[in-house]
Amino acid sequence: MTAAPDAVAVAAPGGSLRRLSTLLYGRPRLLLAVLLAPPLLWLGVIYLGSLFSLLAQSFFYIDGFTGQIVYEFSLRTYAELLSSRANLDVILRTVGMATSVSLAAAAIGFPIAYYMARYATGRTKALFYLGVMLPLWSSYLVRVYAWKLILAKEGVIGWSFAQVKLSWLLDGILSIPVIGGPSLSVSYLGMFLVFTYMWLPYMILPTQAALERVPRSLIEASGDLGAEPGMTFRKVILPLAFPGVVAGSIFTFSLTLGDYIIPYIIGSSRFFIGQVVYLQQGTAGNIPLAAAFSVVPIVVIAVYLTIARRLGAFDAL
Amino acid sequence: MVAAVRFDSVSRHFGEVRAVDEVSFEIADGEFFSMLGPSGSGKTTCLRLIAGFERPDAGHVYIRGDSVDRVPPYQRDVNTVFQDYALFPHMTVADNVAYSLMVRKVPARERRERAEEMLALVRLEGLGARKPGELSGGQRQRVALGRALISRPRVLLLDEPLGALDLKLREQMQIELKALQRKIGVTFVYVTHDQGEALSMSDRVAVFNLGRVEQIGRPEEIYEHPETPFVAGFVGVSNFLDAEAAAHITGTRAAIALRPERLRLMAPDEAAPDGHCVAAGVVEALQYLGASIRYDVALDGGGRLVVVQQNAEGAGLGTGPQGGSAVRVAFARSAVQPMRTPAQVGDEA
Repeated sequence: MTAAPDAVAVAAPGGSLRRLSTLLYGRPRLLLAVLLAPPLLWLGVIYLGSLFSLLAQSFFYIDGFTGQIVYEFSLRTYAELLSSRANLDVILRTVGMATSVSLAAAAIGFPIAYYMARYATGRTKALFYLGVMLPLWSSYLVRVYAWKLILAKEGVIGWSFAQVKLSWLLDGILSIPVIGGPSLSVSYLGMFLVFTYMWLPYMILPTQAALERVPRSLIEASGDLGAEPGMTFRKVILPLAFPGVVAGSIFTFSLTLGDYIIPYIIGSSRFFIGQVVYLQQGTAGNIPLAAAFSVVPIVVIAVYLTIARRLGAFDAL
Repeated sequence: MVAAVRFDSVSRHFGEVRAVDEVSFEIADGEFFSMLGPSGSGKTTCLRLIAGFERPDAGHVYIRGDSVDRVPPYQRDVNTVFQDYALFPHMTVADNVAYSLMVRKVPARERRERAEEMLALVRLEGLGARKPGELSGGQRQRVALGRALISRPRVLLLDEPLGALDLKLREQMQIELKALQRKIGVTFVYVTHDQGEALSMSDRVAVFNLGRVEQIGRPEEIYEHPETPFVAGFVGVSNFLDAEAAAHITGTRAAIALRPERLRLMAPDEAAPDGHCVAAGVVEALQYLGASIRYDVALDGGGRLVVVQQNAEGAGLGTGPQGGSAVRVAFARSAVQPMRTPAQVGDEA
């Protein structure tokens, strides 16, 4: 470090830029600090800061008489959240939907990711990437409304079933309690379809990346040691790709937990967490309750990751 | 006795590339057989054909007399030690070693016992609970070996298993591998590009070049009597003299190879021993190598010879012939190794 001033003196004829570069060369930590400061400020202040201010809001409460927010630490809002049967229903409904969507996305996404990672090459692979990403380039709202039309009673699905004289089958499915409804566009089943469609790319990409990282030699070694393909899949490929599936499911899970537009457009009048947050902080003006509701997905994801870790999902990382 | 492995004009092409081109050979039961060649010579593809990771485009591979054209890798009685070891990173060392037993549904108790036995055999006692990532390169190599041997395969395939180890460890593992092979009597098929490794460990060596087998034989046959310029140049160092230059010395118009260590420098007036060929020339360059001195000699009759003399007197470059000195190079007739003509090479392979 003591050599730095000398170095500056030597480099002096080169002008100020040169002096700066010499200074930074002599003090690598300073260089690191200069380079990292802007992104760290963004991450710390804007990204995490806003999250913590949200969390802080959830510990305030609304005064029942005045309707004003009382800025005192209290667990009253959480008590309100958890004591209401309706609120618990919203949480269960949302978590149930998020779970089903994640499972379906994994079931559909894994084979596609597997093909992309292990078999597709060159143009085919590029086409698959394009196919997976293409929907993400168009407006989210447009796609949701498009699905509304597709799922409507007179929509292409209902029409197709009618054409092949299977309307009774669709009606039968829609008459199943809970998931059914008057038409696909106002049922949980329809909502599930749209959610799964929306978040599928977020499952495929991390799964594919994880599968790409499984060396071919491991698969060959498993076969060489006598494992049939099914066994190799269960004992080698799946465990090694599982962190990717978990990463994908964090996307599908949390995106479903937080979304309020799809339940609003496709769903029935039964609320999901996102809608409640929207209503509470908008119309109702109960920001503490909205904040407390927003904490629910964070807790759910934390619990989910803990369980996944216990099950050894990250052993291969 | 039935050959452990037999190749019957096997070809494997990747697009335009003939990775393996009508290769035929036999590996005897219990033999330490090396496939030696530069990268891209087809040796690894041959190994993968035995393991079943590749299938021949033409010809047949036989394992213990049975054609395995339709047998998938998991039904073949061969196991492989992979070049990158291919250890399962999410399993412990013991689980890695016992993998093939787990696959065959061997009870957990027996699995544990046999894994421990195997870990002892490859000198990894007490490391069963570790993950492969926590081991050194040499230890991982042993795990891969133990894993491949635990189901007692008839044939063990080794794909440059020592390539990633440093020199000292590699030399030690060479000795251990050879001892292990003698002890358990399993047929070893060993792929390497290291001629020293192939010569020191093998019962027989097949030298590969451009997808073909150039020569098969015991290590001393390969080294002392290389049949093609490729073998003579790839296995050890050789001097080559074309038919013209050789005719001046041997009296026969045929290309020959000469090992530098079989050549001896003599003063111009010194008499050659009986039965020796002698070639006159001029020292063009000399190089001090420590244990030996290397002379580049331009022959009067055309061609050049590299002569390596032991630095027995410890006098360095001082006392011997100097650059520009006229010298004579003498060698026993038995050192002359005639080369097959290209046509003959084609017939053989």
